[in-house]
Amino acid sequence: MRESCLKMVYELAKTDERVVFIGSDLGVGVLSEFKKDIPSRFFMEGVSEQNLVGVAAGMALEGRIVYLNTIATFLSRRCYEQVAVDLCLHNVNVRLIANGGGVVYAPLGPTHLAIEDLAIMRALPNMTIVAPADAVEMVRFMKVSVDHPGPIYIRVAKGHDPVVTTDTGPFVIGKAVPMRDGDEVLIATTGIGLQVSLAAAEKLATAGIRAAVLHFPTVKPLDTIALHEHVKQAAVVVSVEEHTVIGGLGSAIAEDLAEADLLSGRRFKRFGIPDVFPKGYGDQTGMLRKYGVSAENVAEQVKALLVGRPGQTIRVAA
Amino acid sequence: MTASPRLDERSKHFRRVIVRVLQKARRGHVGAAFSLIEILRVLYDDVLCFNPQNPRWTGRDRCILSKGHGCLALYAILADKGYFPETELERFCAPDGILGGHPEAGKVPGVEASTGALGHGLPIGLGMALHLRIAKSDSRVFVILGDGECNEGSVWEAAMCAGKHGLTNLTAIVDYNKHQSYASTREVQDLEPFADKWRSFGFGVREVDGHDVPALRVALATPFVEGKPSALICHTIKGKGAKFAENNMKWHHKNKVTDQEVDALLAAIEEA
Repeated sequence: MRESCLKMVYELAKTDERVVFIGSDLGVGVLSEFKKDIPSRFFMEGVSEQNLVGVAAGMALEGRIVYLNTIATFLSRRCYEQVAVDLCLHNVNVRLIANGGGVVYAPLGPTHLAIEDLAIMRALPNMTIVAPADAVEMVRFMKVSVDHPGPIYIRVAKGHDPVVTTDTGPFVIGKAVPMRDGDEVLIATTGIGLQVSLAAAEKLATAGIRAAVLHFPTVKPLDTIALHEHVKQAAVVVSVEEHTVIGGLGSAIAEDLAEADLLSGRRFKRFGIPDVFPKGYGDQTGMLRKYGVSAENVAEQVKALLVGRPGQTIRVAA
Repeated sequence: MTASPRLDERSKHFRRVIVRVLQKARRGHVGAAFSLIEILRVLYDDVLCFNPQNPRWTGRDRCILSKGHGCLALYAILADKGYFPETELERFCAPDGILGGHPEAGKVPGVEASTGALGHGLPIGLGMALHLRIAKSDSRVFVILGDGECNEGSVWEAAMCAGKHGLTNLTAIVDYNKHQSYASTREVQDLEPFADKWRSFGFGVREVDGHDVPALRVALATPFVEGKPSALICHTIKGKGAKFAENNMKWHHKNKVTDQEVDALLAAIEEA
């Protein structure tokens, strides 16, 4: 997904003179073609995220469209004031390409995990947040990223993730994507949570439970129209995300549904990292599984929620 | 340094304008604004190319007041140049005014970037300077920093980056009045050897009396060294122009300004 994303920056730069790339201290050879072909608009400026965001803002105030790339946690935590003031207050066209959103860097430990990036970016006015599920969706998004007004936080997954999206048309920023129909359960998800959610829905189907999967590649602005439409059929609503349960997609949905009075009579649960710094190392999938973000756990918990509903007939397969 | 020069009528005029704003709003960063006036008036009177009728004219020079708390001086000069009516100054910090306690781009014509949080102006100015180089423009970018602001790491990240790029079109101006909010810069976070720091980051460096108008004109007229960004360290006096407020931390930011204090300031300006 990262490679596809960066390759698209080069493609966009070839046809649009406004496009500029800024990296911090990325891996050797990143965008070498871009650097060779368009050196005046390629910048690799060192481990200095506060400065990078300010520089990107300065260029964008002059009409450039700046794609700024480094590791997600350094692009969210380290320079949060710059993101808030330089990008969001000025509402400039800077696209933050955040490598390793979530627990991609599980082997590297908690300093490298971006598990609250969606929460802190959501809190900023003017910020758009996008978390594609796979490389195909990323490419579709990148094509429309150029002319979108204001800053965008682009959460990038690990790379070589299975392609699970099926749309081929233009990506629409702010639109949720129905991935599976079902009138008993709604699983709302974003990013690579889509893989987990589709697998969980499949497991539920084998137990005779009809679960819809609604994918939110745009976390902000939230597509509340699609959300309300899908919630109306469901007795159980859950969110699945590679993120702390505080402030991410699950929180966004809960806030919206509570205010729209669409939670009453329904069971609701967020699947994500609990309120801890994740412990241990291993890999992304193992780390997610440890904290319950797995198809097996989501399916089991959803069954329990269905059983626990007042007046609900127990219909879980033995 | 020799004794700080006496103020001419134009420098006194801007200080009186600021005092009248204080009288109305009853608050403001007085010391920081008085420290800056000669730097800003020389920039806007003698150095910058700009067009108040078309503030976004692409051929303009860019000037960012990174020490946004000195905005009263900037507002007085922007009004003088016709960016907005002088009557707007009477609504400083008013709920529906455009002139806040820190300057906001998009609200105040002539303000290039919203500042106030310190350490943001130099990176933004650097981005503008890089853009202008790509665009093959000969416009210059000036960023005015406070000395306390130079405690921020982002200033030095940007300085390192500007030095690497050898941006002749970028000039950092430091209002070095040797005082920050709590106490002297020496006590809070000593900046010395200050000129050497900028030099070692790849800047051409000069030092000047920041209240000496002819000296500022000379220093700001051209970049110092071709192929290097410039840093002009302006030795200034916080509160310059009102003797009792000079280097007096009570006048860094003043709340509840009384009519007696207004009268005292106006009288002191006449003596400056």
